[in-house]
Amino acid sequence: MTALDDTQATAPGSVPLRVQLRRAERITKLKYLGLIAPLAIFLAVTFLWPIGALLWHSVDNPEVVEALPETTKLLRSWDRKALPDEAVFAAFARDLAAAHGNPALAGAAKRLNMERSGFRSQLMNTGRKLRVEAGQSAKAAVLAADARWGEVSSWQALARNSTPFTAFYLLAALDHKIADDGSIVHADPDQTIYVEILLRTLWMSVIVTLISLALAYPLAYLLATIPSKSSNLLMIMVLLPFWTSVLVRVAAWIVLLQNEGPINRALVGLGIVDEPLQLVFNRLGVYIAMVHILLPFAVLPLYSVMKGISPSYVRAAVSLGSPPFRSFWKIYFPLTLPGIGAGGLLVFILSMGYYITPALLGSPREQMASYFVAFYVNETTNWGMAAALSTILLAATLVLYIIYSRYFGPARVNQVAPR
Amino acid sequence: MGQDAGDGLISFRGVQKTYDGEILIVRDLNLEVRRGEFVTLLGPSGSGKTTCLMMLAGFETPTAGEIRLGGRVINKVPPHQRNMGMVFQNYALFPHMTVAENLAFPLAARKLAKPDITEKVARALAMVRMEAFATRFPQQLSGGQQQRIALARALVFNPEVVLMDEPLGALDKQLREHMQLEIKHIHESLGVTVVFVTHDQGEALTMSNRIAVFNHGIIQQCDVPSQLYEEPANAFVASFIGENNALAGTVESAGDGLCQVRLADGSAILARQGDAGGPGSAATVSIRPERVELDDAVAGDPNRLPAAVREMIYLGDHVRVRMEVAGNTNFVAKVPISHVSPAMTVGAAMTVGLPAAHLRAFASP
Repeated sequence: MTALDDTQATAPGSVPLRVQLRRAERITKLKYLGLIAPLAIFLAVTFLWPIGALLWHSVDNPEVVEALPETTKLLRSWDRKALPDEAVFAAFARDLAAAHGNPALAGAAKRLNMERSGFRSQLMNTGRKLRVEAGQSAKAAVLAADARWGEVSSWQALARNSTPFTAFYLLAALDHKIADDGSIVHADPDQTIYVEILLRTLWMSVIVTLISLALAYPLAYLLATIPSKSSNLLMIMVLLPFWTSVLVRVAAWIVLLQNEGPINRALVGLGIVDEPLQLVFNRLGVYIAMVHILLPFAVLPLYSVMKGISPSYVRAAVSLGSPPFRSFWKIYFPLTLPGIGAGGLLVFILSMGYYITPALLGSPREQMASYFVAFYVNETTNWGMAAALSTILLAATLVLYIIYSRYFGPARVNQVAPR
Repeated sequence: MGQDAGDGLISFRGVQKTYDGEILIVRDLNLEVRRGEFVTLLGPSGSGKTTCLMMLAGFETPTAGEIRLGGRVINKVPPHQRNMGMVFQNYALFPHMTVAENLAFPLAARKLAKPDITEKVARALAMVRMEAFATRFPQQLSGGQQQRIALARALVFNPEVVLMDEPLGALDKQLREHMQLEIKHIHESLGVTVVFVTHDQGEALTMSNRIAVFNHGIIQQCDVPSQLYEEPANAFVASFIGENNALAGTVESAGDGLCQVRLADGSAILARQGDAGGPGSAATVSIRPERVELDDAVAGDPNRLPAAVREMIYLGDHVRVRMEVAGNTNFVAKVPISHVSPAMTVGAAMTVGLPAAHLRAFASP
């Protein structure tokens, strides 16, 4: 939109020019809106909403509050040091009586069992046994039902879940937990696996990205340099893997790479190795298959960037006295950085979410974050942990993307802004 | 370095170039360029002039023949060792470097010390009057400014030879004419040897010491601009450079540098012998429009032909008169405004005089 000078912003008929312009462009704007609306609605319904809902699960904590509304309300203002007073016990007794036979109580028990093993039976037992006789204090009745209510830590666990939101899952996904006194501490060593898994996911993605770029760069260069007749054929070969499903390709790699597969048989038959090499069900197999599947995503951005680089740049560099390799390194390579950035980012982000390939071609030590997301969704129906791992994965990807756009983003590449 | 006769710096000897093994893009190139000379390779597209420049720069290898620089055969010298500055058609300024970094690039490649580089870059920028733009990026400059930087970059390392491949093609007419003079003046003040490629004859005439006219991979004529215009060697040069009226005919007799040509309409005229053959061969008689004389002036001329005026175009300082002469309906005379008489009107019958001194008989192409 043109910025109109205020001094000339009035037209005959005293309707400001700016307003006229806006009216004139309204139709065009509506037309554009109409063109993008179907996709925007589709994305909102099928993408943004489910993702938002999933992320919500990583902090959502409704079970205990729903099952024990009065108790949790009182516990929010408890000092969490000594046992709570009689009023809390009384509210607890009322809540339990109201929740008796209600599935909400079972949900709360399951949730609290994550905090403290044994809490499930403690809560369910109490719910079954608790009878407050006339004249008896609620506290005595609760303690009679289960002596563990005399421990402060039982109440601290309840208090931690007295709000409808929790950092429990996110902290657990980073191998941390909230201690009984409310401070954030490392999880027990036998439960710390997620940081390692996240680091493994990052590391494997980095390796796959580097191998893909190293293989894609010379290929993209060749594609961009040779006459289009030959490059079209090569390009079809690059895109060929897209014609079959990932599952088929992974299965094919198992066949090729297994101990009795053609590669190992050829190596043994030629006397290059004595024993078949372990090429699959380990990290090597995962790398081979992931690079194979992701290579086109590195080739295509690199190719399109290289295609746009006029050969006269390198010629100019050479004519100015710079030897061929120096010309490549100082002139051509920097001009391909946007392609390296885009291709690398694409491969990296896709790698971060890989599930099928490591699951089928790797050992347990190759499983990436997505495997555990699937595990929590499919095996234990622990949406909180699944969502927390996804959130951490998404956050890591976003952080990397921000770093990327800062150093390779359009503004930087076009050099519009002076350094 | 003066092994050659004269002061020849660059010489092409029997150079040929083919890409597909069938068609020779450059057929037989022989050209000497003297030190400090401004030589233009002029010709239509596909005539081999750019290939010639690329062979000199080292980006193409001659299929046959040799190219010498200062007496040394450079056929196999890689381009980065030839020490020639080059200005490309699209400037080829490195987009990820500032203007100053662009200019420093050839100096850094030669491993000059930092202070030297800074000083030379500043001097080169001053030469093209672009001091204020050192920290800009090429995309932030206009076409003419980019052109200046490209020129400065090709000169900053004091090369022996500067090659220019249609460097002004992307500029508008006014800027192009301005840059022509600027390049000419830089050439004069630096004394550097320039080989310039263009298809624009006006550009070639403005800037060059000598012009080599290319067609079909052969140099048709190589001479100073005035000779090229006044004494074209063949019909191609006559028609490619400047305007030209051609009349078809047959040679009747030849001798003494003159020949008698019988035109299509039966009239006979006397012309200077160009490259036309002996009696009986087909010839084209050629004359520049400003050498055609009309009515009053033709009295003493033996070459007189009847003409019918078809069109008159007033151009301020002169009038272009289009006539039908000896079957050619596109015969043009340029008449200075002071010589225009009231008798010249569309449809009028006139007599044109073709002075033999300015009339040439060429072999028909």
